[in-house]
Amino acid sequence: MGTAVFDLHALAPELILTGVAILILVYDLFIGDERKWTLPIVAAGGILAAGIPLVTLGLSDTTRSLFGGAYVVDGFALVLKGIFLGASFVVLLMSAQYVEEGDYHRGEFYFLLLSAVLGMLVISSARDMISLFVAIELVSSPTYLLAGWRKRDLKSNEAALKYFLLGVVSIAISLYGMSILFGVTGGALKFTEIASWMSAVPSGSAMGVAAMSIVLILVGFAFKIAAVPFHLWAPDTYEGAPLPVTAFLSVASKTAGFVGLFTLVYLAFPAQSQVWRPVIFGLAIATMTVGNLIAIKQTNLVRMLAYSSIAQAGYVLVPFAATTREGSLTAETFASSVTYLLIYTVMNLGAFAVIIAVARRTRSVEITSWSGLSKYAPGLAVLMTFFLLSLAGIPPTAGMWAKIFVFRSVISAGGLANGALAAVMGINSVIAAFYYLAVVKKMFFDPAPEEDLEAIPVPASLAGAIGIMAGITFVLFVIPDVAVRLGYGASLV
Amino acid sequence: MEFPLLSLIIWLPLVGALTVALIPKDNKQAIQTAAVATTVAGLGLGVWLFTGFKQGEAAMQMVEAYEWIPAIGARYIVGIDGISLFMVLLTLFMFPIAILASLGQIQDRLKAYAIFMLILESAILGAFCALDLLLFFFFWEAMLVPMYFLIAGWGGKRRVYAAIKFFLYTMLGSAFLLVAIFLLAWMHQKQTGSISFDLHSLLDLEIARSTQLWLFIAFSVSFAIKVPVFPLHTWLPDAHTEAPTAGSVVLAAVLLKLGTYGFLRYSIPLFPKATVELAGVLVVLGVIGIVYGAILCLKQSDIKRLVAYSSVSHLGFVVLGIFALTFQGIQGGLLQMLNHGVATGALFLLVGMIYERRHTREIDEFGGLASKMPVFAGLFLVTVFASIGLPGMGGFIGELLILAGTFLRNPWIAAAAATGVILAAVYLLWAYQRVFTGKIDNEENERLSDIGAKEILVVVPLVVLMLFVGFFPRYFLDRTEPSVRQVLTRVEEKGHYREPEIPDPVAAAEKPAGGDSHGGHGAMP
Repeated sequence: MGTAVFDLHALAPELILTGVAILILVYDLFIGDERKWTLPIVAAGGILAAGIPLVTLGLSDTTRSLFGGAYVVDGFALVLKGIFLGASFVVLLMSAQYVEEGDYHRGEFYFLLLSAVLGMLVISSARDMISLFVAIELVSSPTYLLAGWRKRDLKSNEAALKYFLLGVVSIAISLYGMSILFGVTGGALKFTEIASWMSAVPSGSAMGVAAMSIVLILVGFAFKIAAVPFHLWAPDTYEGAPLPVTAFLSVASKTAGFVGLFTLVYLAFPAQSQVWRPVIFGLAIATMTVGNLIAIKQTNLVRMLAYSSIAQAGYVLVPFAATTREGSLTAETFASSVTYLLIYTVMNLGAFAVIIAVARRTRSVEITSWSGLSKYAPGLAVLMTFFLLSLAGIPPTAGMWAKIFVFRSVISAGGLANGALAAVMGINSVIAAFYYLAVVKKMFFDPAPEEDLEAIPVPASLAGAIGIMAGITFVLFVIPDVAVRLGYGASLV
Repeated sequence: MEFPLLSLIIWLPLVGALTVALIPKDNKQAIQTAAVATTVAGLGLGVWLFTGFKQGEAAMQMVEAYEWIPAIGARYIVGIDGISLFMVLLTLFMFPIAILASLGQIQDRLKAYAIFMLILESAILGAFCALDLLLFFFFWEAMLVPMYFLIAGWGGKRRVYAAIKFFLYTMLGSAFLLVAIFLLAWMHQKQTGSISFDLHSLLDLEIARSTQLWLFIAFSVSFAIKVPVFPLHTWLPDAHTEAPTAGSVVLAAVLLKLGTYGFLRYSIPLFPKATVELAGVLVVLGVIGIVYGAILCLKQSDIKRLVAYSSVSHLGFVVLGIFALTFQGIQGGLLQMLNHGVATGALFLLVGMIYERRHTREIDEFGGLASKMPVFAGLFLVTVFASIGLPGMGGFIGELLILAGTFLRNPWIAAAAATGVILAAVYLLWAYQRVFTGKIDNEENERLSDIGAKEILVVVPLVVLMLFVGFFPRYFLDRTEPSVRQVLTRVEEKGHYREPEIPDPVAAAEKPAGGDSHGGHGAMP
């Protein structure tokens, strides 16, 4: 284990991203409108450059611990950072044309996007309460602004306001929990210290207070991942925010919330599973079921995907809730959550990329406006079907493996409660198939509107985003081993 | 290394699908040629498979095993035995016919149609050959999407409804199946220390009785939906009626067999104790299916729907035969799977031909067609005979074996099931009578002309096969015998079960108790 206080190599991705974000802000001031198209290229270059030290760190294969263990670069951090950088790169591809056509403040848009990504990189490595809190704020604050980017659109304003208010409240609840924990543990901040305190103190009033603080902290993160019943902001925010931002929120920002949950649950509170397991068990079941049931009724595609992404978060929660008979946490459950997140990120981004491409023509994300899409945009219709099948967990897509791995980890844990969990998940995947298929039906079997059946032109960057996501979804279907190994590589257990 | 014949058979249609994908969609001639060539080549490989199959062996043959997903212990294992051999051959036989039959009928989006058909063939063949449970599940799920699109894209008026119903029913079944598969793999890990989905190693597991019951139910619900066993059959009439002709043919002839195949390959050998305990339930459901399906057939005014419901009745026989847990019953069930595939496939083809001409399937719209279409009427009548199970037809042998096997278990059940044979004759012959005999009383039928050479060519191979099975059933039964015997032996050993023996009439006459006769074990009636 590296013990340097300030390991530049370990911090290189964050440093590069910070540099590029500031560079964009300054560069934007000095270029005219005709040169603004270079901004996303600089941003994308920054993300790719930040990916390079990630690879070298991965090859060096040592766990690096900085700032006295508050900031750790291990397999988990590297895999998650990779997911974040990849997802952000694709979001950039998706937003380049969108932001340009919308005549938004482009420099600031990319600056804020990169800032949020920076927060995500930090949260992957955060191993004490303070860095976790700073990181989650760094992820959230820029996205509050991004959600309201279409400032003349009332829905966008509503999106930003709801997201902001509920986000701030939720993080305040978490902070409250953290401060109680800080007091009751006698000043423990690092996850390892908290964990050892919790396993040392058997019971008593201190434990009761600690249990309360655990629940408070988890509630804050349940808001971030939009778990039911803390999901109410998500559909409105997703609907009102600019589409690329919605895509970003639904994958990257949600994943950031999960990262916080992963590290807290597995590193700080592993000994107190009797406190958080029932909470997460209930959250998982409610999140899957409510998300899917409400999704059925949606007529707006983005709202439907918002509810579907709520349900998907439920699937990721399922392995957390799976209790082994011995009560221990296994690498298997952990890996299946990470694998699901990885594959979910890819397929959901793909679906949003297609929506952006189609919305350029239809100017609407009502499901009815997708009628007969296959007649004039067969390629997009097929790709959208592919992503929807993946979200439903049906071959030939990676989504099938994502579901299967979660199933496997729950069942391996054994026991009646876990069997019930698996059953609920199974029924939910059938419900989900119903509304995903409804969209497929619209695209293929309903008549197209009379006017304007020309093909939809797709900008190169957007086509690239769709292509990359479809490619990964298919490749991971053929060789799921890669995703599983990444999942195990990221395991904190 | 042996030549990977099975893999070639499984993946060839997929290669064909990829080839079709590369052909421009306006070049319909090339698309048709590629699709037909692929399926015919597959049939050729099927002949090779048949000749290479070693008769008299109970074990799996032509096994191929490779690493697939090492991280979770799933392997690519394929192989065949007597139980799967004829299912694979049936698939290889029905697909060229289904595709040839649809050549003239499908004009719209022909390319997509051909691609889905070929992917479907790959998935079905894979499911019949897979010997790793996760691989089986993979192929099982892979059938869903192409079948959904075939029904929803080229079907009848309520096609989208039917397609979604089919999809959701099957997915619900899959959810149970998947959970059960992982439980098995997990138990393997507990007992041996390594996770495995390999059917062969899972058969060695020691599974407690109560666990067996749950797992058996989970597996069997999934298979029962596919078969379909009453009361899970309600998706079938819609899917079969609304699907395009070739889709109905594939659904009836091959897809339903995956359910009964699943019983024989997985439910029974993996959970012998549960099988013995729950066989009675499935026997009763089978009989209900036979009678209920037949009664529904009597009420149908749509001839395609009638044929669809007849599958419920006929598959009831197969389920009955399998869960009678006698050698004769299972052998008959297997043979009947083949017969039903051929006969019902042919019926759907013939119904499709008449629909192409008249664009209606209402029985009342027809009448007296025999005078205008004698060849068609003749072929239809032969197929009806095969479906009823007249002597000389495969169905006769199959149903006889099933009833004989059931009789050994419970004469009353056999008697109840036998009414299904009579009802089948009633509803099919009555339908034939209303459509073909008498005078033409609907003017539109005056203009009908008999079916052409191409259409005859499509149906004749099926008719030949019906007769062939009817006259030479040993050709099939000899090859399935060792594998069936193995399944039953397993149930007897692990399930504390004695197969009822055929009472020897002579011994029974000498010693009225008749308890110690052994001669009949394994003999054919």
